[in-house]
Formats: sequence, C-alpha cells, structure tokens
Amino acid sequence: MSKRKPYRREMNNDWWLKNIFYSKYMIREGSSIFITLYSLILAWGVFRLSQGEEAFNAWLSALQHPVSIVFHLLVLLIALYHTITWFSLAPKAVDLYIKGKPLDGKLIVAGHYITFTIVTIFCLIVIML
Amino acid sequence: MNVQPTTNALQEKKYIRSNEPVFWGLFGAGGMLTAFLTPVMVLVTGLLIPLGIIDADHLSYDKLHGFASSWYGAAIILVLVALPLWHTLHRIFHSLHDLGIKRGRDWQQVICYGFAFAVSVFVFTLLLQMLTQ
Repeated sequence: MSKRKPYRREMNNDWWLKNIFYSKYMIREGSSIFITLYSLILAWGVFRLSQGEEAFNAWLSALQHPVSIVFHLLVLLIALYHTITWFSLAPKAVDLYIKGKPLDGKLIVAGHYITFTIVTIFCLIVIML
Repeated sequence: MNVQPTTNALQEKKYIRSNEPVFWGLFGAGGMLTAFLTPVMVLVTGLLIPLGIIDADHLSYDKLHGFASSWYGAAIILVLVALPLWHTLHRIFHSLHDLGIKRGRDWQQVICYGFAFAVSVFVFTLLLQMLTQ
C-alpha cells in the first residue's frame, strides 16, 4: 500500500446546477432517461403485438391516456433538444475536407437540419400510406 | 558468468484491448438514429395517432403485424426500438460518474449495457417468434 494521500477536491453533486453550461450538459445527458422510457414503451408494444390483436389494441388505447399524451409531449421536446445538441456537435465529428480545405461547420449543421426535415416528412408520408 | 537471455528483455508488451470502441460505436449509431428519427417516432406513436390526428388504421394490428412478420420489417423494428437504448444507457452510465457515484463502476457498466442488451434480446426474440409463426 502506498502511503501517499493525494488531495481530492471536494465535489458536491449539485455542481451542474451552478453554471448554465453544465446544467445544459446535464439536461442533454438526462434526455437519455426519457428516451429510454420511450424505447421501453415501444418494446412493450412489440410484446403486445406478439400477443394478438386484442392485446395490441389495449396498448394503443393506453397511449390515449392523458398522462401518456403529456409524457410523450415531454419526450418530444427533450428528443428535439437531443437533436439540436447532436447536430451542433456534428462539425467536430464530420470534419470534411474538400480540395484540401475544411468545409464550413455551418454547412455541415445546415445539411443535418435539411436531412432531418426530409426524413421527418418522409416518415409522416410513409405512415399514412 | 550469468548471461541473461536477451529474448526476455525484448518480449513484446501485452496490450489489453479495450471494449470501449464497440460500445462507443453503438452509442454513436444510436445517437444518430435518436437525433434523426426519435422526434418523428414520438410524434406519430405518442401524439398524432392517440389524438386521432392520424387515423389509427395506419397503425392497426393487421398492418403492423404484417410488417413485423417480414424479415425487413422485423429488422427495422429491432433497430428503431433497441438501438437508441445503446445510446441512452451509455450516457446514463457516464452520468453516474458525473453525479459522483463511485461505487462499483464495473457493476454499473454491466448493469447499464446489460439492460440495453436484455431489451434488445427481448425484442429480437419476439420478432423472431412472429417471423417464424
């Protein structure tokens, strides 16, 4: 055993509440909890689907409960926040060079938003076919 | 004289490969999917259909069961339901560190990724069952 006793600065668990930048970081990380719950709702839907028509329809009508509507509204807002943060980081991940020159980050972000809009409209059309 | 064999000194150092790239890859793929598709998925399944803005016939049992019973439909459903979990549980695992929960980091990792794995297997099994029915 080492006899060394390194100094560890004390860190309270509310460190992320004292600075808006850190708060936004934790909201982004916290979005995971809501998206996890949403995925579990969908997984449950697949389970009900496998059980037959009656079970699946019960799952569908449970989604009409006011609590479910409010929850999904919240998930939608928080998922959009995830989308915004993800896209704003995109230039760091993509880092494209065209003819030796780095592509402007704004173009990469704009490309993501355009793709997002097309994908969203495409999905809405596909579901209504 | 005691001559040490030189081969010992030149022995290659053994590197332990990290499992991080695998999970980080799933995290990235899940994050991409969540960014592009989760908002519209929530909008459709959680709001537009329950509120009757889109007719519920578009997500009826027959339609969805038929889709889930095709191999490509099953693959799409598996990815849409399970992949975001590999993203979110990775973030939850790292947030536990951010919140100063130091105890049992390796168990935290097993539980987080294990949860994503368990739900993935659950959905995969159900889809396989519908596919082979």
